Amino acid sequence: MKTIQTDVAIVGAGSAGLSAAYQAATAGADVLVIDENRLPGGQLFKQIHKFFGSREHQAGTRGYRIGQELLSRVEKSGARVWLNTLVYGMEKDCSLGVIHNGEHYVVRAKKVIVAAGAKENYMAFPGSTLPGVMGAGAAQTMINVNRVLPGERILMLGSGNVGLIVSYQLMQAGAEVVALVEGAPRIGGYGVHAGKIRRAGVPIYTSHTIKRVLGTNAVEGVEIVEVGPGFVPIPGTEKKFDVDTVCLAVGLNPMTELIWMAGCAFCFLPAFGGHVPLHDSNMETTVSGLYVAGDVTGVEEASSAMEEGNLAGVAAAESLGLLSPEQAAEKKAEITARLNTLRSGMFGERRRTAKEQQLNSMKHYRAKEAE
Amino acid sequence: MEGVIYTGIPSAEELAGCPGVPSEARMKRGRVACIECVQEIPCNPCEGICKFGAITVGEQITNLPCLNEEKCTGCGLCVANCPGLAITILDQSYSETEATIDFPFEYLPLPEAGDRVEAVSRSGETVCQGRILRVTKLPAYAGTAVIRMAVPQEYIDTVRSMKRLPRGQKKGSATK
Repeated sequence: MKTIQTDVAIVGAGSAGLSAAYQAATAGADVLVIDENRLPGGQLFKQIHKFFGSREHQAGTRGYRIGQELLSRVEKSGARVWLNTLVYGMEKDCSLGVIHNGEHYVVRAKKVIVAAGAKENYMAFPGSTLPGVMGAGAAQTMINVNRVLPGERILMLGSGNVGLIVSYQLMQAGAEVVALVEGAPRIGGYGVHAGKIRRAGVPIYTSHTIKRVLGTNAVEGVEIVEVGPGFVPIPGTEKKFDVDTVCLAVGLNPMTELIWMAGCAFCFLPAFGGHVPLHDSNMETTVSGLYVAGDVTGVEEASSAMEEGNLAGVAAAESLGLLSPEQAAEKKAEITARLNTLRSGMFGERRRTAKEQQLNSMKHYRAKEAE
Repeated sequence: MEGVIYTGIPSAEELAGCPGVPSEARMKRGRVACIECVQEIPCNPCEGICKFGAITVGEQITNLPCLNEEKCTGCGLCVANCPGLAITILDQSYSETEATIDFPFEYLPLPEAGDRVEAVSRSGETVCQGRILRVTKLPAYAGTAVIRMAVPQEYIDTVRSMKRLPRGQKKGSATK
């Protein structure tokens, strides 16, 4: 077993992890980024649509372009990136158990940043285990990374931005989206994303859910039903669609396993997808020297993940003495201002409130600890 | 229920109160941007791309884009730059009988000038036949094509896009 020493170890080479790596490495830290995937970039390279946000967030630029640009900055920064590499555990002292090229390593870093992202939620209904029922994120990987069309006729469940954007991209890839179904009485994502698929002729059924998927060895059809208050199905409102694929865009939950192992304190915030680690405005958790960034701190979107990564990278470099408190304060103020922008408006309010709750819980935790 | 949060389509009231939609009088005078952006989301590339200062979002990035219809020349740079594909250029002065719409389009195959296509509404329903006048793809558009289509004057408020062309169809083989 080999031991690797480094200043900063980062788990996850997605939006948040790469941003953190760039900040820490350009400040002069020795940085190792570890990712289990074959390619770096996390979900960024699947995002073929133009991003929202401000010009500082490269709004109007397609996500994969932002990913390419970030990756080339990381490569120039001197950070090392280990791909195809599994982090299977973290000790209480934050040393990482790692398998790289078939060999077992212990990575001991002065600072660890976990940017592990999130995983898709699933939903159970009769037929939900048939081949052809898949997460919307999986379908997006198939079309935009592997260039494989998962099906010809698709029904999407969930009208958050993931459901709306992936529906659009499935049509760009050549599939028909026969309907989008949403359990709530209103559309969850941006109206402009919904507008794109409506112009393409896709009906949106709010207050509806999937009753069952038909088929014996593969998806042959789907039956949806209207739901009343409490999401109770209303008999007699069933509709059938001839489809070969059903995509589920029913939310994501943070991949917090490593952080639990390290003994971090958590809080439960439904707006963020479940249990999330407490962290301060430096993105540091209740375990000293362990930072978090991106969807693992609460599910948001790529731009805020990048900004949280920037924050964690700057804070880690500061605590290593590589940035003066003044230099760090200036950078952090800029990043925090941009983050606040991303959490503004009618769609940002729920996330802004949740983030305040998370930061406040951290303050209470530290105050209690100091007693 | 009506309204963008229920249907994905802005209602007539939402459009009437939308600061990005030009006046009837301005539309009759010639090419002008029509920004159908009715939800306060954090987004402002339209403001930055306009060379004429005709679009204002302001400090608060969630403000709705506000169109200064006198400054707008109808150049169309904003059409491909809006990540929401919510901007079109309308020209009601095109001819006695026809008006034109420039709309963003991100599906292949693309139509060609001269093609007759199905012009569709905000809900994707075929409204009338459209005549393609021009298809513009520029590096600055970053993969979004902007299509100029002529439709009968009476449909210009309803038409917002065209029906996707079938895959595998040879370029230029749509009905001329």
